[in-house]
Amino acid sequence: MLKIKCPWCGERDQSEFSYGGEAHIVRPAEPDELGDEQWGDYLFFRTNTKGLHREQWVHSGGCRRWFNAVRDTVSYRFHGVYRHGEEGPGKDEPGSPS
Amino acid sequence: MSQPNRLDSGGRIDRDRPVHFTFNGARLSGFVGDTLASALLANGVHMVGRSFKYHRPRGIVGSGAEEPNAIFQLDEGAHTVPNPRATQVELYDDLVARSVNCWPTLEHDIGVVNGWFSRLLPAGFYYKTFMWPRSLWMTYERYIRKAAGLGESPMAPDPDRYERRNAHCDVLVVGAGPAGLAAALAAGRGGARVILVDEQNEFGGSLLGSGDSIDGVAAGEWVGRITAELEAMEEVTLLPRTTAFGYHDANFVTLNQRLTHHQPVRARTGCRERTWRVRAAQVVLATGAIERTMVFGNNDRPGVMLASAVSTYINRYAVLPGRQAVVFGNNDAIYRTALDLAAAGADVRAVVDSRRDAGGQWRSAAVERGVPVKAGCVVSRASGGRHVRAAEIYRLGDDGLGEAEDVIQCDLLAVSGGFSPAVHLHAQSGGRPVFDDARLCFVPGTSVQAERSAGAARAVFDLAGCLSDGAAAGAAAAREAGFDAGTVPEFDTAVVAGSPVEAMWLVPDRVAPGRGPKQFVDLQNDTSASDILLAAREGYRSIEHVKRYTALGFGTDQGKTGNINGMAILAGALGQSLADTGTTTFRPNYTPVTFGAIAARDVGPELFDPVRRTAMHDWHVENGAKFEDVGQWKRPWYYPRSGESMRDAVNRECLAVRNRAGILDASTLGKIDIKGPDAAAFLNMIYTNAWNRLGIGRCRYGLMLGEDGMVMDDGVTTRLADDHFYMTTTTGGAARVLGWMEQWLQTEWPHMKVYFTSVTDHWAVMSIAGPESRKVVERVCEGIDFSSAAFPFMSMREGRAAGVPARVFRISFSGELAYEINVPANCAQHVWDAVIRAGSDFDMMPYGTEAMHVLRAEKGFIIVGQDTDGSMTPIDLGMDWIVSTKKDFLGRRSLSRSDCVRTGRKQLVGLKSRDGVTVLPEGAQLVNEPSDATPVPMVGHVTSSYFSAALGHPIALAVVKGGLTRMGGSVHACTLDGRRIECEITSPVFYDPQGERMKQ
Amino acid sequence: MSRYSIFSLARNALSYHENWGRAWRSPAPSREYDVVIVGAGGHGLATAYYLAREHNAGRIAVLEKGWLGGGNTGRNTTIVRSNYLWDEAALLYEKSLKLWEGLSQDLNYNVMFSQRGVMNLGHNLQDLRDIYRRCSANRLNGIDAEFLTPEDIKRKVPIMDTSPHTRYPVLGASFQPRGGVARHDAVAWGFARAADRLGVDIIQNCEVTGILREAGRVKGVQTSRGTILAPKVGVVVAGHCGVLAEMAGFRLPVESHPLQAFVSEPIKPVLHTVIMSNAVHGYVSQSDKGELVIGAGIDSYTGYGQRGSFNTIEGNVAAIVALFPMFSRVRMMRQWGGIVDTCPDACPIISKTPVEGLYFNCGWGTGGFKATPGSGWVFAHTIARDEPHALNAAFTIDRFHTGALIDEHGAAGVAH
Repeated sequence: MLKIKCPWCGERDQSEFSYGGEAHIVRPAEPDELGDEQWGDYLFFRTNTKGLHREQWVHSGGCRRWFNAVRDTVSYRFHGVYRHGEEGPGKDEPGSPS
Repeated sequence: MSQPNRLDSGGRIDRDRPVHFTFNGARLSGFVGDTLASALLANGVHMVGRSFKYHRPRGIVGSGAEEPNAIFQLDEGAHTVPNPRATQVELYDDLVARSVNCWPTLEHDIGVVNGWFSRLLPAGFYYKTFMWPRSLWMTYERYIRKAAGLGESPMAPDPDRYERRNAHCDVLVVGAGPAGLAAALAAGRGGARVILVDEQNEFGGSLLGSGDSIDGVAAGEWVGRITAELEAMEEVTLLPRTTAFGYHDANFVTLNQRLTHHQPVRARTGCRERTWRVRAAQVVLATGAIERTMVFGNNDRPGVMLASAVSTYINRYAVLPGRQAVVFGNNDAIYRTALDLAAAGADVRAVVDSRRDAGGQWRSAAVERGVPVKAGCVVSRASGGRHVRAAEIYRLGDDGLGEAEDVIQCDLLAVSGGFSPAVHLHAQSGGRPVFDDARLCFVPGTSVQAERSAGAARAVFDLAGCLSDGAAAGAAAAREAGFDAGTVPEFDTAVVAGSPVEAMWLVPDRVAPGRGPKQFVDLQNDTSASDILLAAREGYRSIEHVKRYTALGFGTDQGKTGNINGMAILAGALGQSLADTGTTTFRPNYTPVTFGAIAARDVGPELFDPVRRTAMHDWHVENGAKFEDVGQWKRPWYYPRSGESMRDAVNRECLAVRNRAGILDASTLGKIDIKGPDAAAFLNMIYTNAWNRLGIGRCRYGLMLGEDGMVMDDGVTTRLADDHFYMTTTTGGAARVLGWMEQWLQTEWPHMKVYFTSVTDHWAVMSIAGPESRKVVERVCEGIDFSSAAFPFMSMREGRAAGVPARVFRISFSGELAYEINVPANCAQHVWDAVIRAGSDFDMMPYGTEAMHVLRAEKGFIIVGQDTDGSMTPIDLGMDWIVSTKKDFLGRRSLSRSDCVRTGRKQLVGLKSRDGVTVLPEGAQLVNEPSDATPVPMVGHVTSSYFSAALGHPIALAVVKGGLTRMGGSVHACTLDGRRIECEITSPVFYDPQGERMKQ
Repeated sequence: MSRYSIFSLARNALSYHENWGRAWRSPAPSREYDVVIVGAGGHGLATAYYLAREHNAGRIAVLEKGWLGGGNTGRNTTIVRSNYLWDEAALLYEKSLKLWEGLSQDLNYNVMFSQRGVMNLGHNLQDLRDIYRRCSANRLNGIDAEFLTPEDIKRKVPIMDTSPHTRYPVLGASFQPRGGVARHDAVAWGFARAADRLGVDIIQNCEVTGILREAGRVKGVQTSRGTILAPKVGVVVAGHCGVLAEMAGFRLPVESHPLQAFVSEPIKPVLHTVIMSNAVHGYVSQSDKGELVIGAGIDSYTGYGQRGSFNTIEGNVAAIVALFPMFSRVRMMRQWGGIVDTCPDACPIISKTPVEGLYFNCGWGTGGFKATPGSGWVFAHTIARDEPHALNAAFTIDRFHTGALIDEHGAAGVAH
């Protein structure tokens, strides 16, 4: 059972949260300019990182806000959470947005 | 009522409170404070079961969670429980237990024939045979299954109740033996919130079965003193009869508390078990150690017991399990048990110590007591059938057995193969136990979570060590949780100089393993040393392979007494170290946990999942509605009148709407209030169509796609003000749509100023549909001009309905003139009643979801999730008209992917059975040419199908490959009863194709 | 190597079972092979077996970072069925089911394939439409499928609560009589033994750490036991497919999630078919040893930890108790987790990749076990011929670009 720190509400049990997949997948500004392959990459292809993973969570059973987290997908330990638009911990660490 | 093995004095039983119970039909007695196992032993019952595979007689071996053999069917009827261990069942009045895995009786068990053929049944024999003839496997399997399994499932629903509780603490201490008590005391004195749990009915652990003294008093008294001090601490929670069974991420530990198990069945009230979900800042694991068995020939005979268990039965329960005892082992525990036996009056005929030159004070004490010691000797075989009769003792040679030493008659053979720290929870927490070559056991490795082990759980086996180790661990845990633990408590107890354990994983025999009597490693699964050697020989070399191939450690005891021996035997066979062989994974649960306790209150028709009811639910019930589950909602499905079939009722309801008026409770539709200057811009991205120009007070249908271009939800959205919209969604999709919009807003378009509020439960919705609907709502509503000019189709007006502020929408899902009155839910019944009264002059009828489905299908209106399945685009649905080409929206780019623009995609069409009478089954696949050969190419399927009372014939919606180009053509619907029904492909709009009726 | 039979068992009993040969060798890796398969789970071993048996593919090695069969093969709930909705999936799983039906004899290893039937329950009207649709499709694809009413269900599984008074009453079910369960470890061991007999080197404790490429072609792999060259490399590593794909320089439309399962203590036979439910989320069967084997839904987050969260287990147990209130007093013995590789459409990828000579077989999600022989069979074909078999032609990586997904979510859901 994970313990997750909502940047607004603080540490809460995992059951208050929902997972939102990999973070920093930016919706293309001009979808029409992308080929099927690039669009498909955006839609479906993910890093699926083993190790430090930048991912989205939402405090669905609380403040309903989305935020990003850096979590180790092996140990499940959170290395930090940050709000959208914030830099997040350890920009040089693996898993940082490229 | 004699208890022949009961000692005259001592023990922690209450001799004033006798308890009567039944075992295998025999009426026996014990005392409060007994376990079922101690009571059986007191009554001289040793043989209690038959082994899993060979049906060998088996007796009680241990005194706690490690017990492999004494597994029973407890109690009867709905209260029966399969497979509890007798060593963990507290005795209560009228307890009923019987042996499992034997038939017809324990004494005369037909399964013993398996034993005769045991040579044909080595580990994994079933992988090598039962393959011919192929068709017979299911028959073989039936017998294999019958032979397997232990107890029986109850056949009636569980009459008991369970619950779940969340708790937070600073220090969770698992185990209330000497180390755990000391730890809890140290942490508690420091002011930490402490939870102390122990699986037994009273605290004390090993102290309950020992003759030690601490701080000048007997151990039992000391336990009472410490427990009292802990009890007096406000922040300390004491949980006896509670097992920590799982250690999860983020110091989340699950506990199983048994509340009524110790009471007579008839006296039980309240909750039976409670699952505690504990988040602990720090955890101290004082889980103790489990004694290992000795692996020698016939080491499974009843009367062969673990030495510590023998001591426990004597000291704690005042039960002497045998009169003529041989004690055998490789460590000092044998001397302690020999002393206990001698003190209890048993004839200790020999202590057989595999160590040649063990010294130490325990041995000296035993020798002083006059117990004969045979050092450098082993018990190589036991003899006896239903009870151990003798121990064959050999001197150890340099390499294997030396000379025969003696054969000693005995009725009790107490064995100790050393102790294994209970590292289960440490391992579950992510730690990796490491092998300690000196102490010959796995000890906790580096902590991964905020936990530490103390006492015997980390191979500190002497009492003085346990006490100081526990106190230190408790103080350190409290400190790390932020408490000043102050002075670490100290305890005064005798320090006994012992002598170290020596390895003896498999006792040598005169012949090779497999040739002589079976040397069991895992008693519950009948896994013997030769099975492990066979596995190694056949190439199953990973300990995990060996475990799975031989079933070592796969029983309900999870191999607590024998696993390490098995690993060592494998290591020996492979010529590698035990450390290299490693352990198998320690998985939850430490001991088995009742399913009901894990499900807790999430059971039954009300609590398994919350039930959502609309404000008018009771009215529907009173008016005979049948209900349909839609998501968590209960929706009226149809309202049969007496003697009416479903079809008759639905036809009646449909015709009422088409000809006069009907009223539908549409409250379950998802409703989202959308507000902010960017609300219209946001809707432009979420819906396929454009929203900028929608006038205030006007409604518009919208279609929502996933980013993959597939239809996700739909509904009508109304503009309440320039910056204010009111969105409706499907009943099942409400939460998903809200989450979807929030995600896009917050993660992708945070610059947009718009806010969403779920108002599904705030508004009740009643849809009044039919040509007379205007007259009905006019009678109920005030402040609204219902003339078509003033209140056109697809618009909304605010006013009052039966005096209640209301929003009235002129929208239609039936194709008729229709109004949806939205009122605050807590006034809804009042308004509904008023509408019903107003409608009575027009013979208005309530209609349910089934009629609603028919009416909308007649109009070709889709239901997302029924007519679509996650592979349908709006183009496939023939809804190009709603897909804007002038703006971006979610899913738009996906619509031009190569697969989405190819020909031959499935498209929504109408179907009419050519015979004009057959209602197609929903879900029936469609083929172009009926054929008996398979596979037959399928071209689509029926998504919706009804009898249309208004049209007088069946109608259906379907998706058909290239269907829009095949109007008038035929397909065949394939039913599961083998019919092939020819259908005409038609427009999906069957009724009022011009849509005039709803605009009247 | 001795053939397994009742006679060899009896013969070996005479010599106290001291003369049984090895089920498989433990060879040191050679420097070079014609085909290297990464991953000695059921799918990888099956691939090697069919490569050797049907394609005469030369020197074949299967590399395994741990012990063979130690991943999802040894962690799943062993359900075998082929009643999938879409043609592509149904025909692939049906091929597999046909192979299952003769697998013990093929491999000369009893995999205990028990065709006790698989029942998928429906709890609402849409479930029933979906079930009818799937049964109808199955029949037309030549796959056995029955549509059961609550009365039929009660007859077949009298211990199930089919009353209308439950939270989500059972309204109907699909039933595939030929479906069932098998002994998962035995499948890995049987394929390993049979492949070894055909000369395949199964190399355990050999972790692939890199994929060697040159000019867009695969050259071999780097491993914890040295470099191994091969012109063809097939990767079948389930949850770790993303890690291997990264080594090869591309990404996959796959996410790895924890999937948990658990068993009860062994009880006498009481449940004689496999029960699966989507709406009341869980599936249960009874093993030959007597344990109730119960599977949960996946945990939502990405995870390589072979463990999930307790609330998933709680929900799952509640579902089983809802269907079988009498199991409330039975006790959960052991729980565990695996790492499942899930594709957006709940269908696998059995495909060539952007790297020539490199093939991936992944994305089986929660349902790979049932496909073991079929997956190996088509993957062997794909590797040997450098082109997919008709049965797996649709299961490309490319479908996530064109949009030609095979969306089994409706048909599969939790249900595997």
